[in-house]
Order: sequence, then structure tokens, then C-alpha cells
Amino acid sequence: MAKIEIKNLRKNFGDFTAVHSSSFTVEDGEFFMLLGPSGCGKTTTLRMIAGLELPSEGEIYIGDEEVASLPASKRDIAFVFQMFALYPHMNVRKNLSYPLRSQGMSRAKTREKVAEVAGILGIEDILNKPVGGLSGGDRQRVALGRAIVRDPKAFMMDEPLGALDAEFREHMAEELRALHDRMNATTVYVTHDQLEAMQMGDKIVVMNQGRIEQFGTPQDIYNKPASLFVADFIGSPSMNFLPFDGSVEKGQNSLQLDEQMISIPEQHVSASGELVFGVRPEHITLSDSGNYRGKVIATEYLGTTQIVTLETNHGQVKARIAASEHVSLNDLLALEFNASTISLFQNSTGKAIPSELNAGITHG
Amino acid sequence: MSYSITDASKRQKSIAGFLVITYAVITLIPLVWVFLTGFKSPADSISYPPKVFFSPTMEGYVNLFTTRTRVTPEQLAALPEPEGYAESIVRNRNMVIAGPSKFVERFTNSVIIGFGSTFLSIFLGTLAAYGFSRFKVPLKDDLLFFILSTRMMPPIAVAIPIFLMYRKLGLSDTHLGMILLYTAVNISLAVWLLKGFIDEIPLEYEEAALIDGYTRFQAFYKVVLPQAATGIASTAIFCLIFAWNEYAFAVLLTSGTAQTAPPFIPNIIGVGGLDWPAVAAGVTIFVLPVMIFTIMLRKHLLRGITFGAVRK
Repeated sequence: MAKIEIKNLRKNFGDFTAVHSSSFTVEDGEFFMLLGPSGCGKTTTLRMIAGLELPSEGEIYIGDEEVASLPASKRDIAFVFQMFALYPHMNVRKNLSYPLRSQGMSRAKTREKVAEVAGILGIEDILNKPVGGLSGGDRQRVALGRAIVRDPKAFMMDEPLGALDAEFREHMAEELRALHDRMNATTVYVTHDQLEAMQMGDKIVVMNQGRIEQFGTPQDIYNKPASLFVADFIGSPSMNFLPFDGSVEKGQNSLQLDEQMISIPEQHVSASGELVFGVRPEHITLSDSGNYRGKVIATEYLGTTQIVTLETNHGQVKARIAASEHVSLNDLLALEFNASTISLFQNSTGKAIPSELNAGITHG
Repeated sequence: MSYSITDASKRQKSIAGFLVITYAVITLIPLVWVFLTGFKSPADSISYPPKVFFSPTMEGYVNLFTTRTRVTPEQLAALPEPEGYAESIVRNRNMVIAGPSKFVERFTNSVIIGFGSTFLSIFLGTLAAYGFSRFKVPLKDDLLFFILSTRMMPPIAVAIPIFLMYRKLGLSDTHLGMILLYTAVNISLAVWLLKGFIDEIPLEYEEAALIDGYTRFQAFYKVVLPQAATGIASTAIFCLIFAWNEYAFAVLLTSGTAQTAPPFIPNIIGVGGLDWPAVAAGVTIFVLPVMIFTIMLRKHLLRGITFGAVRK
């Protein structure tokens, strides 16, 4: 297994720039998520690492070797495709043997290796079946098997769970993560599903329109969003944004919203103009006393919690509170915010204003 | 009674069956008639009203494969007893077998030229189609249009220039010349059909092979080709049918060594009266290879025609 390092990687398709100059490092053995909406450049980035796409600029290191101009076959990495791309004219065993035969491995050794991998994935009983009739899960396992059979330096996965139905996806995600932990394989995983990314990833890169928005652990990405985009994209329901005109000074640790003084993390930089006050729904508590109020316009019951939508002077706000609390439509309730979790954003740049909360996070 | 929108009812099935059988009978009657005529005597073949029941004879086939000479009754009587079935049939008509006809030779030419040009069309067509399908080719659309435009007039419209060109190049009446000519006509069809088939094969299969350590060309022939087999089979049938049946160029450009069966079979008519049984025998034999080829590939052909209509 190996570390993967990306330096100033860039890809143009004609006049269109799919990936702007990007840099990040995937540590050895890390499960690394490339997360973003469709068309954000995450798959292009993955394909450049794999060698299926030539970068317009930049360097890619797998281990210590610079591979940006090497063909895919020389990079010694494995790739799991979204639609699995199992060779349809071969049976399962042949699909698994195929990467080994290209290396000139002997027939007996190949057989042994395939049996070993089939054992790991629990697919011994389907080895002689054609791939056409397999279930989604088995296809997925065969695709994974074809990737691990060769002991490559790293795995690339392009939304490998995308083709599975929701129920099975959960199960497969666990299986995949367990497999990763067992093999300790450097994995770069592309997904547009933020839950999948948070659930499985050691590190996440959030991309948008070809640029890296934020790079960090799932906890950092969720709690300390570096931009409006990340705050909006991650979390369901996403972060509440309350736009206001005003200013914050360096060192300031509270601000006035309507009549109410609200505590915020200590600001490290001054800012003014159109600002956005960001707070996650679970960091709002509702009470009867307080000056910052909103009218309840909807409630969604989710079992242990409920989502309450309130109309405030700054627009709609969603709060996640315990399901046991009783809330009625049209109640005028006071909102209290968990001070240490609040992010302020500059609306014009979309970037978070540096504060005690988000100190040390990596912007794109 | 349950009702299903996908399963046909008995009534619908019987109507469909009736229509299919009627259509099959209508299209097959000429072929059956040709087949039967091959076993008729010349008199039976032109009798009116036409004879459906007759006593079969191999005379047509004997006449197809032989050349014969008329002899007087005295000469005939002087000859020793006829050797074999063919000789005795010919003797009944006051003739003797002078030697084999050119049919076998012409038929062999048809096989060489038909299958040769089909192979070449498919070989070049597959490579070109793969290139057009997978790579950024400068002026791709224009080139594809150019390839298609070679079929925008009937090939025979350029017969005179080709005739003159072939005479200068020494390609007239050669196997190579005919193979090249039929390939040139078929290649546009092959490229367009095959490009459609190859476009349908997801790129991921090749990419998987590239990642698995294979070169582009290995990925092409180990992964793409097996999956394009359906398309290749149906394209091959179309190419073969054209090259096999082509008549006009064959008449114009071949006369001896490279003459194919289509211009040869009508020549039989001129030898010793209207010998329809011999013509029918020739047609029957001529139809067989394409029929066998098509039946061999029929599974691919059926899949090929509906390929891409339904996502698997």
C-alpha cells in the first residue's frame, strides 16, 4: 500500500476546466472520500489518479513515484466502477483471474489467489457462474474481488454503491469498510452521498465546481464548515443560514441579531458587509423566554427527534429537538443557539470567517 | 379469467401464428418452386398448367455440372454401355458428356470473393468503427459523413470509371480486384453499423482492462471484440449477402478466371435451349452458403437487430 499525493492537479476539457488546481494527500491506509455534487470534478480527479484521464497540469505521486504521465496499466492500482464493469463474457472466476493473468502469473498460483479472495468475500459458491445472472450484491463483491486480487498499491472506487438499492447499500458500506480495515488499503472513494462519506471516510475532500472547498475529517467537515457550500451540502437538514448586514471585530465573541445579543466563538478576523449566521438544527433549543423568536410553521416527526420549522425575521429556520417536546403550529417560540458551534460566513466570498471554532481547518 | 397486457391471449396467438405462417408461405413459395424445378425434366419445367407433382429427375443437376455433345442415333448405338447414372440420363437425350462445366470453378470464385471481401470489410470496419467510437479523431463527423456518402449513389453509377481504372491497374477479372471492389462498397455499411454496436459497449469494460494491466490493443481484442460479436455477425451477414448476390459489376468486370456464379448461372440458358432445371439447380446450390451462414449466426443476428433497443 502507498501514500498518494496530488499536487496542483488540473484538468481542462477544451475551454471548460473540470478540475482547478487541486492539491491533497491521501495517507497510507487511509479511506479517503471525494465528495461533491455531480459535475464537481470528483470523478475526473479520481480518473486522473487512476490514469484513465491525463491531467492538463500537475503531479500525482503514488508511493514515491510520479505517475501523472504513466498509462493506467503501469500504475498498479485497482478501480471499482459504479456499474461494476465485470467482463460480461467471462464467468466469475475468469473475471477474478483476469488481472493476474496480465501479470503472467501461473495458472496454479492464479487459482490459489482467486480462491483466497473468494474466501475473503464469501463468493466461493458462485465462482463458476456467469456474471450476467448475479445479484447486485454479488456483482459488487466480484468487482471488489477483482480489485483486491492483485494486491495493488491503492484502490480507486467510483460510487461503487450507487447501483445498489438503499437497503443493501447500508450493508455493503459496512462490508466495504470492514474489508478496508482488514486490508488496510489506501482507498480513494468518490461519492455524492454525504452520509456515505461521513459514515465510511477517514478524511473527506469536499469539491464544488472543480475546486476543493474543504479537506478534513468528517467531524471537522460537519462541525467546522469552511464555506457556505460545505455547510449547506453536509448535513440533513442542512445548516440554517440567517443573512444579516453588519460587522464583526477581531476578538468579538457576541453579536446582536434583532434585539438579542448572541454569543459566538471568538472571531480571529474582522469582517463587515453582508454576513451569514450559520447554525446547525441540532444546536438550536426552543423555549418560551427570550427575545429572538420565531413562529412554528411546520413539524416533522422522525422518531427520536423532530424537525421544527420556524419563521423568523431572517427567514425560515429548522431546529432539531427531542420528539418528546410538545410543539404546536403557530406557537411563537424563542430560539437559543449553542454558542460554541456557530459559524459566520462572508456572503460575497462564501468563506467562513476565521474564528476560534474553525481555526486550523483546511480550506481548498 | 385473468387478463395480462404482456401475455398474448390464445386468440391473439392464433391470429399472430396465422399471419406469420401466411407470410412465410408467400415468401417461401418462389424458393420452393426453384428447388422443385431443379428436379424436373425440361418438359415438366415449362408445362402449362404448371406441374406441382412430377417424377423427379437429376437431369438439371447433371446438366449444371457437365457440358454435353449431341450425337446421332447410329453413333449412340455404337457406344459401349453408359457408365453411371449421369451418363445414362444424358444418353436418353441423344447426347454424351463432353466434360465438366465451369460451375464448380465459378462457385469457388463466389466463395473466395464473397467471404474474402466480407472478412476484409469486417476487419477494416471494426478497426475504423472502434477508432471513431473511442478516440478523438479530427473532423470525425465529416469523415463519417464522407464514408457514408460513398453509398449515396448506386455503386453501378461509377461502373465505367471503375472499369477503366481496373483495366489500367490490371485488376479486371482478378479475385483481388473483385474483393477490393466489394470491400469498398461494403465498408461504409460496416463502419456505420459497427460503430453503433461499439458505441453501445460501455467504456468501463476497456478501462477495467487497462487498469487490470492490459494494453489498449489487448483490451480491444480481449474485451471489446467478444462483446461486439453480435454486431460483427450481423454486419458480416449483410456484407456477405451483398457481395454474394452482386451481379452488375460481376458481369462487367469478370469473364473468366474470377467470374462469380451470378453472371454464370444465366449463361446456362443459352446452352442447348432453355434449360430451366439446370438454372434452378444452380440457384439452389448458390443459395445454400448464405442460408447456412445465416442460420449459423441467427442467434447473433436476431440479437443484433434488436440490440440497443432494450437496456439489459
